[in-house]
Amino acid sequence: MPETFLDSTELVINMGPQHPSTHGVLRVILKLDGEKVIGTECVIGYLHRGVEKIGENRTYQQFVPYVDRMDYVASVSNGLGFCLAVEKLLGVEAPPRAQAVRVILTELNRICSHLLWLGTHCLDIGAITPLFYVMREREEILNIYEKYCGARLTTHAFRIGGLQYELYDGFEQEVKAACDFIAPKIDEYERLLTGNRIWVGRLKGIGVLNAEDCKQYGVTGPMLRAAGVKWDLRKAQPYSGYEQYEFAIPTGENGDTYDRYLVRMEEMRQSIRIIRQAVEKIPAGPIMGKVPKVIKPPVGEAYVSIEAPKGELGYFVVSDGSTQPYRVRVRPPSFVNLQALDKMARGSLVADLVAVIGTIDIVLGEVDR
Amino acid sequence: MAATPWESALTGMLKEQFGGQISEFSTYLGQNFLVAQPEAVIPILELLKLEADFDYLVDVTAVDYPKRPERFDLIYILYSFARNERIRVKTRIPDGYKPATAADVHLTANWLEREVFDMFGIEFAGHPDMRRILMPEEWEGHPLRKDRSITDMDNRWVKANLGIESGQ
Repeated sequence: MPETFLDSTELVINMGPQHPSTHGVLRVILKLDGEKVIGTECVIGYLHRGVEKIGENRTYQQFVPYVDRMDYVASVSNGLGFCLAVEKLLGVEAPPRAQAVRVILTELNRICSHLLWLGTHCLDIGAITPLFYVMREREEILNIYEKYCGARLTTHAFRIGGLQYELYDGFEQEVKAACDFIAPKIDEYERLLTGNRIWVGRLKGIGVLNAEDCKQYGVTGPMLRAAGVKWDLRKAQPYSGYEQYEFAIPTGENGDTYDRYLVRMEEMRQSIRIIRQAVEKIPAGPIMGKVPKVIKPPVGEAYVSIEAPKGELGYFVVSDGSTQPYRVRVRPPSFVNLQALDKMARGSLVADLVAVIGTIDIVLGEVDR
Repeated sequence: MAATPWESALTGMLKEQFGGQISEFSTYLGQNFLVAQPEAVIPILELLKLEADFDYLVDVTAVDYPKRPERFDLIYILYSFARNERIRVKTRIPDGYKPATAADVHLTANWLEREVFDMFGIEFAGHPDMRRILMPEEWEGHPLRKDRSITDMDNRWVKANLGIESGQ
């Protein structure tokens, strides 16, 4: 039999943009050799709304709700980053009470984001059950948001200089109750998944990205930590008073999909730890700093970044002294992390590619802005 | 508050290596940045990566000042895990100038520079894949240039692909 008989040719197929496991409208052009992925190319931009351009055409306060629409499953973090950037330019700081509330709401948001990631990641891989459970837990947090500011997803929770709303009666008790409700549930997910042979078989050794590659690609967040780099902006360059709270930075060893899963699970526990500390000692006092009614930061520029659930979320804001930013640049973690997809997926099977897309934890609203 | 001069061991090393090619070392709001000649940027990024552990390129972006002869500010934000320090490398380039790509130094520059090209029309010389990334490939115009209004769009593209007169 001639040897060429068994040769296969390269096959180019298209995945997405309408595909349930691409988490939105991501299109991936796959080059396949049989079942093996030998190259990928991401086509993005389907959700591009020109958020940065909108920023140049709105006043500083008007732009805050827009940033919620980027990473819409972690809108509170988006808002925090932008408010901090403008506060930096203005030279004001939110009062201690506002900072404590910001930390609580942002950490609740991290749990929200990770829960949704867990549910959809499981669904991609074929485990349908956890999705229903995580939605149940997420609901507890969204109810707190709804009671606090009236919105559940695109919350617009923060204002430049502090907070718009005072806490409602019983906020502390409800946050504590939510923590007590969610904490054992995380153990429950782990009992379902961590030792599950199918789960381990699908995740272990898949989509490996080591620390060196992470730095080369600018990958941050849980993906970087799963590769063994103990780096978290909340510790490295604390903001909003994170230095007052005790928490650990979970890390992995192998930088594979399974480690990233473990890191995110542990991060939820650490978030609960932070929330429990913060809610015990919310300082009394004003919730708004000394911010003028019309915000006109002095001419200059600043880059401020926070540890969003997906990685480093940065805002580079340029002020020309007017009421509108001259330029707002968003450094989106999802966009930058997605770039490493090709590196992670090369050589794997098509079914594993779905696991790899899931493990990056992208939100296309943030990739495309 | 105005920017104040920035001096450290790092600036000393850079001054020695690049001399007059770096025109300014400053700190504003506690954030350090330097302004360099466009052709010196990539060597600076390389040196900072190899000699000073600035191994993470956070972002590449631009700002448009249409009234200036050097129309664009090109900004590279760097971070060092070892030093826990951030710096910005800035340069000024005229319209049409093709700065060298940073993708050979930091792989992450690939998509970030594609976005700068897409939004501002700054082409990077030597870039492995200089195409649009967010806007459709046949789109005309670069949205984040200041001479584009927020309501401007490529009506020809909109008509051909969406079958409507205008998206506005």
